[in-house]
Amino acid sequence: MNIMNKMDGSDVKMRDVSHQHYETTQALEHAAQQAIERRYENFLIVDIDSHHYENEAWPEIVEYITDPVLRHDAGHQGPAKPGMGVGYGSYQELNGRIIRYRGRKIEKTPPVPHRDITLMRRWMDAMGTDIACLFPTPMLNLSLSPDVAIQTGLAWAYNSWLCERILADEPRIKSMLYLPFLDPEACIKTVEHFAEKKGVIGFMVTSTHQRSVFQNGYIRLYKMLEERGLPLAFHSATGGEPGLRLFNKFFGVHALGFCWNNMLYLTNWLINGMPERFPKLKTIWIESGLAWIPFLMQRLDNEYMMRSSEVPLLKRKPSEYIREMYFSSQPMEMVDNRKSLELTFELINAKTQLLYASDFPHWDMDLPSTIYDLPFIDEAAKRNILGGNAQRIFNLEPIFSPRKLARREAAKAKG
Amino acid sequence: MAEIKVCSPAELADGAVRIVTVKNLEIAVIKHDGKYFAYHNHCPHQGGPACEGVRMPQVIDELDENGRLIGHAYDKDDIHIVCPWHGYEFHLNDGVNVSDKRIRLKKFDVIERSDGVFLSV
Ligand code: FES
Repeated sequence: MNIMNKMDGSDVKMRDVSHQHYETTQALEHAAQQAIERRYENFLIVDIDSHHYENEAWPEIVEYITDPVLRHDAGHQGPAKPGMGVGYGSYQELNGRIIRYRGRKIEKTPPVPHRDITLMRRWMDAMGTDIACLFPTPMLNLSLSPDVAIQTGLAWAYNSWLCERILADEPRIKSMLYLPFLDPEACIKTVEHFAEKKGVIGFMVTSTHQRSVFQNGYIRLYKMLEERGLPLAFHSATGGEPGLRLFNKFFGVHALGFCWNNMLYLTNWLINGMPERFPKLKTIWIESGLAWIPFLMQRLDNEYMMRSSEVPLLKRKPSEYIREMYFSSQPMEMVDNRKSLELTFELINAKTQLLYASDFPHWDMDLPSTIYDLPFIDEAAKRNILGGNAQRIFNLEPIFSPRKLARREAAKAKG
Repeated sequence: MAEIKVCSPAELADGAVRIVTVKNLEIAVIKHDGKYFAYHNHCPHQGGPACEGVRMPQVIDELDENGRLIGHAYDKDDIHIVCPWHGYEFHLNDGVNVSDKRIRLKKFDVIERSDGVFLSV
């Protein structure tokens, strides 16, 4: 219901909250207000880490599985049963406290375009995001399957479906495609086949693979990406890490797991001299927040001074290489730590290396205002982090949200 | 101070939340266990609609006299407003954040009379 009264000449509006229906646009109305107040229409915002729930389109994805037996099994089992890919449940939705998880299940969308495109546009337009890089959710744990053929088969089907059904139809949605990292040859095939597809801006390794990035089998893959100028992203995830099984609460799994996996992969990448072997290959470390990076810089520099003989490919201190890598911002640690956050920005050279990410719709999403409202960086740095850096490293053509373009037009008309 | 009529006395069902907006100010009027509470519908975290999510009681870990965990319970006397965006929790009684007392939802007075329920702004 909507009741209208007057107070001091202003309308008083009333609205009753209902959980019987859900609409992303309404749920993010406050984000839309932030976008207006901060005048996001004046610059490009690129979100380099957002997600969908590809399991909701599972019957469509199954159709893209080429192996007939796997196609039958996958159609029968669904994506989330043990053995098919996803090993563990998670507590992302805080046991019902984050209502957009169940809201999404009842949210209505028109028959066209694809439901995922409609849902993406709704949150992107609300937040003031122009371009978003889309990643899967359950498939981040696909590597937990003990069967390599399941991983490669499902990854190929997912990537084909994503390119054809989503990326081809909405130029504001991009992806760094999932690499079936258990099988280096399949990774190479994936790059060869998909690199030129519309909306593909790089490739991504999830850190649940329990594979060492330095193995010679991967070298050709890195070379191919470097030659094509396509970034390699490492997206953290938690499944499969034996130490994390000691936790009884997602609190611990999440707080440590996401950082630990990126620390592990980045350290291995570095101490095996990959930045020297592939100096033009851009690496992006996603979804671990920022607090772990200064720790790792200090820790690795300290080791390096004593043990350089073990890492002869390195010509400089580890922190110097790290400073040339790229990092996504979310979930940015912002509780009572202004000084350390400011120092972190300095240490990682955030102005050019940091990339805004929301992780929407996941529970710990960050709005663009987490960057825009920072008191210690100037307007140019804010715009770089929110979009300029991503535009540069992915060579993106700027495509603005229609809502922002309309606001610009309205401002122009007003003079 | 001005008064805004929110509803007639029996209009809102228990558990209902009505958002009252005047200019840019959103106030959530919550009816819980027959009592009314009103808070600024703006979360101090990232600005989410703090009062539009669920309300949950305080969770308790129960220990025996030797400190062993014996189970969990809810404290139904301490209901929390849970912000739907990321789950920040605020005591329903006073709007103070559960994890940091320095953070709170701004509280507004609710006046109940025979002719209706009013918000004092
Ligand atoms: S905005 Fe309320 S919990 Fe984040």
